[in-house]
Amino acid sequence: MVITGAEIVIRCLQEEKVDYLFGYPGGAVLYIYDELFKQDKVRHVLVRHEQAAIHAADAYARSTEKVGVALVTSGPGATNAVTGIATAFCDSIPMVVISGQVPSAAIGQDAFQEVDTVGITRPCVKHNFLVRDVRDIAETIKKAFYLAKTGRPGPVLVDIPKDITAQKCEFVYPQTVSMRSYNPTVKGHHGQIKKALQLLLEAKRPMVYAGGGVVLGDAADKLTALVRKLGFPCTNTLMGLGGYPATDRQSLGMLGMHGNYEANMGMHYCDVLLAVGARFDDRVIGSPAHFASEPRKIIHIDIDPSSISKRVKVDVPIVGDVGEVLGELLALLDSTAEKPDQESLGGWWKQIDEWRRRDCLKFTQGEGLIKPQYVIQKLWEVTGGDAFVTSDVGQHQMWAAQYYKFDKPRRWVNSGGLGTMGFGLPAAMGVQLAHPGSPVACVTGEGSIQMNIQELSTCKQFRLPIKVILLNNGYLGMVRQWQELFHGNRYSESYMDALPDFPKLAAAYGHVGLRVDKPGDVEGALREAFKQKNDLVFLDFQVDATENVYPMVQGGKGLTDMILSAEDL
Amino acid sequence: MVIQNTTPMRHVISLLIENESGALSRVSGLFSARGYNIESLTVAPTEDASLSRMTIVTTGSDDVVEQITKHLNKLVEVVKVVDLSESAHIERELMLVKVRATGKDREEVKRMADIFRGRIIDVTDTSYVIELTGNQAKLDSFVGAIDAGLILETVRSGICGVGRGDRVLKV
Repeated sequence: MVITGAEIVIRCLQEEKVDYLFGYPGGAVLYIYDELFKQDKVRHVLVRHEQAAIHAADAYARSTEKVGVALVTSGPGATNAVTGIATAFCDSIPMVVISGQVPSAAIGQDAFQEVDTVGITRPCVKHNFLVRDVRDIAETIKKAFYLAKTGRPGPVLVDIPKDITAQKCEFVYPQTVSMRSYNPTVKGHHGQIKKALQLLLEAKRPMVYAGGGVVLGDAADKLTALVRKLGFPCTNTLMGLGGYPATDRQSLGMLGMHGNYEANMGMHYCDVLLAVGARFDDRVIGSPAHFASEPRKIIHIDIDPSSISKRVKVDVPIVGDVGEVLGELLALLDSTAEKPDQESLGGWWKQIDEWRRRDCLKFTQGEGLIKPQYVIQKLWEVTGGDAFVTSDVGQHQMWAAQYYKFDKPRRWVNSGGLGTMGFGLPAAMGVQLAHPGSPVACVTGEGSIQMNIQELSTCKQFRLPIKVILLNNGYLGMVRQWQELFHGNRYSESYMDALPDFPKLAAAYGHVGLRVDKPGDVEGALREAFKQKNDLVFLDFQVDATENVYPMVQGGKGLTDMILSAEDL
Repeated sequence: MVIQNTTPMRHVISLLIENESGALSRVSGLFSARGYNIESLTVAPTEDASLSRMTIVTTGSDDVVEQITKHLNKLVEVVKVVDLSESAHIERELMLVKVRATGKDREEVKRMADIFRGRIIDVTDTSYVIELTGNQAKLDSFVGAIDAGLILETVRSGICGVGRGDRVLKV
C-alpha cells in the first residue's frame, strides 16, 4: 500500500512496539503529528520544552530494557534537544530521536527554523541520518533502532525534511538489518576469559568494580552470582548502582570522588581488579598516575574496545557483552574445582572491615536543622528501598547515591557522564510512565529543579504522581562546597536570592506542595506523600546549608587522598 | 600500570568507509573532538563506488594511535581500518608547483624538474607548472632544491598509501 512518509514514520514506531513518544510539535513535523492524531497505538507525551522530551525518553529507556523515543521539530526544536541527546550519549542510553527538517529544497538556504541538525548532533550521537528519499524512511528507522540498542548503546537521530514526510511510497518494514560496517563483538574471547578466571582464582586481594555497563547489559544477576560465588568484595560506580545489591555484605558501595572509604581503599590496594562495564573515568579513579602507583593486575570486560586501555593499561582485555562474558566466566568457575585462596581472602576481608569501621557516611541529625543525608535515609526507609529514584546534579545527587541503597538495577536514574542539571523531573516523568504503579521519587536541588520546572505542567496533564524531594539549601551546593574548600570561601554566584515559594508554585501547577523544616517532620511528610497515589507531591525540605558531601577526593588527586569529614580539613 | 606515553611517531592509517555524505566530517570531527592530530587526509571513491578509501597521516604515541584506530572502527560507517605503517607499505603524494621561469631560471628549473623526474605540464612565457609524485620526503626535497623566490604556489594532495605484497585492504 502506498502511504505518506509521515504515516511510514508512525507505522515504523508501531512496528517497533513504541508505546510512548515524547515530543513537541512544530512546522517541520506537522505531517507526522497529523498521522499521530489518526492512530492510538503510539501515545504521545506533550512536554513543555524539547530538552524534557529527550530526558523523559532517556529515563524511560534507563528504567526499562526498551529504546526511548522522542520527536522534535527543526531548528530550535532540535537545538533544545541537544543537551538531552548529549546526556544520553555520555551514559550510553539507547534512544531514537526523530527531528523534522525544513523541506529538501530549502536546506542550505538559511530557511526559517533551519539548522544543520545532523552536523550539530554529530559529536553527541552514536549515529545520525538525514533522510533524502521517502523510500529510505523505513530502512533508516529500522537501522536507528538497531544501532541504538546493540553494541554499546546510544542515541541515534533521524532527521527528516518536511517534504519527504508528505511524499508517498510503498511501505515495507524490514525484518532484519545487516550493515557490513557495523558488527559489534558480543561473545568474549574464550582464551581471555580463561586467563581472567585464572587471575581471579590466584588473587590474594581481589576487587570487583562494576559500572553502568552491568545495568545496561542486564547482567546484574550474573554479576551478583559471580561475586557471591567467588566471595569477593564489589564496588559500584555512580552509573552502576543497583548492579550489585547495596545491602549485601560483599558490597562496598559506591567508589570514586564521593565514594566510600572502604571502596576507594579496596580499589587502590587490591592485587587483582575485575572491571565490568566501567571506564576508569576521572570521577572514579582520580589521577591515573596515582592509581598506577600501586601494582595490580586488571581484567576489563567491556563491549566497547575503545573503553579498554584508554586511561589505565589493562592486562586482560575482554571485548564483549558483559552478560555473555560473565555467563561464560560463571560456567567456567562451575566446572573447576579450584577456589580462591580462602586464607588470603579472609585477611583481605579483615582489612576491608577495618576500613569499614571508619563509617565514612556517618552523620548526626540533631534537633535543629534537617540534614540532607537524613532525608535520603528516611526516603530509603519509607519506600522500603524499592522506589525508582531520579536525580538532578549536585550535592543532592551524591547524597541520593550514597544514602539510598539500591538493591536492584534500573532503579537509580541520573545523569552521570554529562552531569546535566534539569534532568531529574523530566526523567521522573519517563520512569513513571514506564512504571505506572510504582513509587517514583525525584531527588533534586533548588538550582536543578528550576532548570526544567515547567514540566510540572506536563506532570499534571498526564497525572504523574511523582514525589519531588527537594533538598533546599539556598545554594548551588556543590559549587558552594568547592568554593568553601578550594576557593577561600568566596561564594561567587553560588547563592540564589529570590527563590520561589516552591509549595505554592507546585500548587499553582495543580499539585500538592509542602514545606518541611523540622527533623521530626521528615519521616511523616514522606509517608504522607507516598500515600498519595494519584497526586504529585512536592516536598520542599529546608536543609542545613552548610552541609558538605563527604568523603571527597579532590579532582585530579589520588583515590586514597580522601577528605572524610569537616574535621579532616 | 599507567598509560605509557611513548614517543610520538608518524603513522599512516588507511580505511574503507561507506561513500555517504557526512562520512568525511565524522572522521575529521573525531580527530578534532579528541585532540588527535591530522597531518594530511585524502579521500576518494574506490573501484566499488559504494566505498571510499581514506589515507590519514597522523602523529601520536602507540597508545594514542591505538585509541585512534579503535575510535575510527567505532564509527558506524567505517568498514575497515589498518595502520599501514605497522609494516612495509608504499606512500605517494602528488604535488603541483607553479614557478617563475624567466631568463636563466627557465633552464635551471627545467633541469631540476628532470632530476626529480617531474613533468612540466603548463608553460607560459614567464612560468611553468611542474607535476611531481613521490613520497613526502622527495617532494620536500624538491621544494627545498628550488630557489624559494621562484615558487609562485604549491599544491599537495596529501599521501595515498597501500601495503606491499599480499597485504590487501578490501571488504
